[in-house]
Amino acid sequence: MYKYDEIDQQLVDERVAQYRDQVRRYLAKELSEEEFRPLRLQNGLYIQRHAPMLRIAVPYGMLSSRQLHKLADIATQYDRGYGHFSTRQNLQLNWPKLEDTPDILAELATVEMHAIQTSGNCIRNITTDQFAGVAPDEIIDPRAMAEVIRQWSTFHPEFALLPRKFKIAVSGTKQDRAVVQMHDIGMEFYRDAENKVAIKVWVGGGLGRTPILGTVIREHLEWQHALTYCEAVIRVYNLHGRRDNAYKARIKILVKALGIDEFSKQVEAEWLHLKDNPNTITEAELARVAQHFEAFDYAKLPAHDSSFDAAIANNAAFAAWAKRSVHPHKISGYRAVTLSLKPHGKAPGDATSEQMHVVADLAAQYSFGELRVSHEQNLILADVKLSDLFAVWEKARAHGLATPNIGLLTDIICCPGGDFCSLANAKSIPIAQAIQLQFDNLDYLHDIGELELNISGCMNACGHHHVGHIGILGVDKDGSEWYQVSIGGKQGNDASLATVIGRAFSAEEMPGVVQKLIEVYLKERSDEERFIDTVRRIGIAPFKAHVYATTEPKKEVTHV
Amino acid sequence: MSNLITQNEIVIDDWTLVTLPKVDQEIRKQAGKVVLFKLTGENTISAEQIANTQIPATGKIIVPLSVYLARKSELATRIIKQEVGIWLATHEVLESLTNAESDLNIFPLIAVYVERFADGRIFSIGNLLRTRYGFNHTLRAFGDVLRDQLFFLKRSGFDSYLIRADRNAQEALQSLKDFSQPYQGAVDDKQPVWRRLNRSQNNVA
Repeated sequence: MYKYDEIDQQLVDERVAQYRDQVRRYLAKELSEEEFRPLRLQNGLYIQRHAPMLRIAVPYGMLSSRQLHKLADIATQYDRGYGHFSTRQNLQLNWPKLEDTPDILAELATVEMHAIQTSGNCIRNITTDQFAGVAPDEIIDPRAMAEVIRQWSTFHPEFALLPRKFKIAVSGTKQDRAVVQMHDIGMEFYRDAENKVAIKVWVGGGLGRTPILGTVIREHLEWQHALTYCEAVIRVYNLHGRRDNAYKARIKILVKALGIDEFSKQVEAEWLHLKDNPNTITEAELARVAQHFEAFDYAKLPAHDSSFDAAIANNAAFAAWAKRSVHPHKISGYRAVTLSLKPHGKAPGDATSEQMHVVADLAAQYSFGELRVSHEQNLILADVKLSDLFAVWEKARAHGLATPNIGLLTDIICCPGGDFCSLANAKSIPIAQAIQLQFDNLDYLHDIGELELNISGCMNACGHHHVGHIGILGVDKDGSEWYQVSIGGKQGNDASLATVIGRAFSAEEMPGVVQKLIEVYLKERSDEERFIDTVRRIGIAPFKAHVYATTEPKKEVTHV
Repeated sequence: MSNLITQNEIVIDDWTLVTLPKVDQEIRKQAGKVVLFKLTGENTISAEQIANTQIPATGKIIVPLSVYLARKSELATRIIKQEVGIWLATHEVLESLTNAESDLNIFPLIAVYVERFADGRIFSIGNLLRTRYGFNHTLRAFGDVLRDQLFFLKRSGFDSYLIRADRNAQEALQSLKDFSQPYQGAVDDKQPVWRRLNRSQNNVA
């Protein structure tokens, strides 16, 4: 993975000093609440319900063992011994003290980490496929370009105060796992007819209050121009995006209002001036960064391992885990492994300091000292030998990291919700926990098969509920918490937005509602059909009929 | 004491800012199709306001863009004497200036007014004035200008900053040096750090 040189290190050190002084000025009342707000947000610090929340950047989800050990220590020393991995592949601490945050950042800087631009109206963390570099179907490893974009976007002077947040995702596979269509700019790297690396660029995707999938603005862009083209897109947005209404300030609203043709025309006109400027990426610079992502010194291994095959045959629990949690790898004899942060009845995406230490040790021992965070809020060991999988499973299981539910209904994507977030309309974690307990029978869970369930506590959609096969959105009705259910959303190349099935439900009704949806699916599905396929084939009507036929609306007063 | 920073030091401001007379009711409305999404309330500046704007008879003056465009002929001799600067707000259309004047360097100073700290349009406007329209005299930011914008303003082509009156300009000077080697090429240094310095010799573990 990318290692800092003295230039990178100096920059994060100077950031710590700058932020420390900003906090000092705020505490000395030299900065008002309103003036401090954009400054702290650009350093990932939110003021939440109970305490500040600090969001630490994990660039494109990559972490080293050393970094994860440090995060675990920080969570112990400055928080309550746990952290929350987010849908943007970052780590959030829920209980730090404002006064401690400069020290936390100083600690992070010692392991080449920071919280720069993890919030605020600026270019946020660049995200990508959690299997980048190891996926067999990968055409281009996008991590070097993600790092080049990360550096370019860090403290970009022209784009420091945009109308709203700005998210960029990159992907280098045919099967998109980085949800590029859901981003302000999405870039898919591919090889063109001349076998040169090129980029297909989407613009104007995003969830939130007005969910829109991105539109292709350029089918073919030479990779050298990635940064200058982004400059053109973001300049048009910076100058013309709405600043009078935060809900209408994302680039998607501008693209929709102008129309993609007019927006594209303006971008191309701008790009004529910017193309070939010194930010144009050279072969040498890409190669300098790419050497950090070169393949590990893999052992030459056969495609099969007899000890692994024997363990699968003899141990049903291991087999069930392997079926869900082990993923193909481009190198013979290696696999990628997902460690579940979704044990039933716990907050999705949370990891204790102890678990972080365990995962860091597993990565050091079995996976070249590196790991990744997925946007599904799990942790990935990307380079494990087949022959080591059993040992990894045993250690992971002993620490609650081996729930065999990856990709299944209880692998719920969930925002922190009303328990922590001051934006939320409703709690999301208790809903996730109740649903996980409703479906706690593993055989039943495996029979239901692949299903993505996403929960957001408000329309800001941090839980990506619009693209869940089942999406749940917390809404506020007259001061009490209700939940709106939608089905038929999907991420990936054939992404779609989910459709709301009808009136909202109370928290207590939710496990039963999901149960009803599953009943319809199990009754209607044809062989091999996943939940999403059934929804697409038969539409939402049968689901709606069954759910509402048997649940009576409850009187709202009982839930105040 | 002066709150004006120009070229990295605190200097006395010898320019007089000319403002439009206030109207009773300020109109803020969404724009039409051409400048979609710009808050152009101030674009409804009336002919009366422009006509009633008091322009001092002597000295160096910074004139509102709208007043300049309408009353250019009055200012012709003073322009030759290098006494006229122009100011515009971040929501105003820069092209109305560049369409009217092919050479912006007839002005010794252009100032951009930012109403709120969080309004980052000022950075793009600075960049465009320097890189697209070739303006190479003093470029000033004023309004809600606080020290934490300075580094970005400097990188976007500004070289003069009128710090908000209730803040200390001496302290703000520090922030011009927040970062020693920024990553990307920008207006002040077009080269990204990997062109500026030789990064390739750094070790990769």
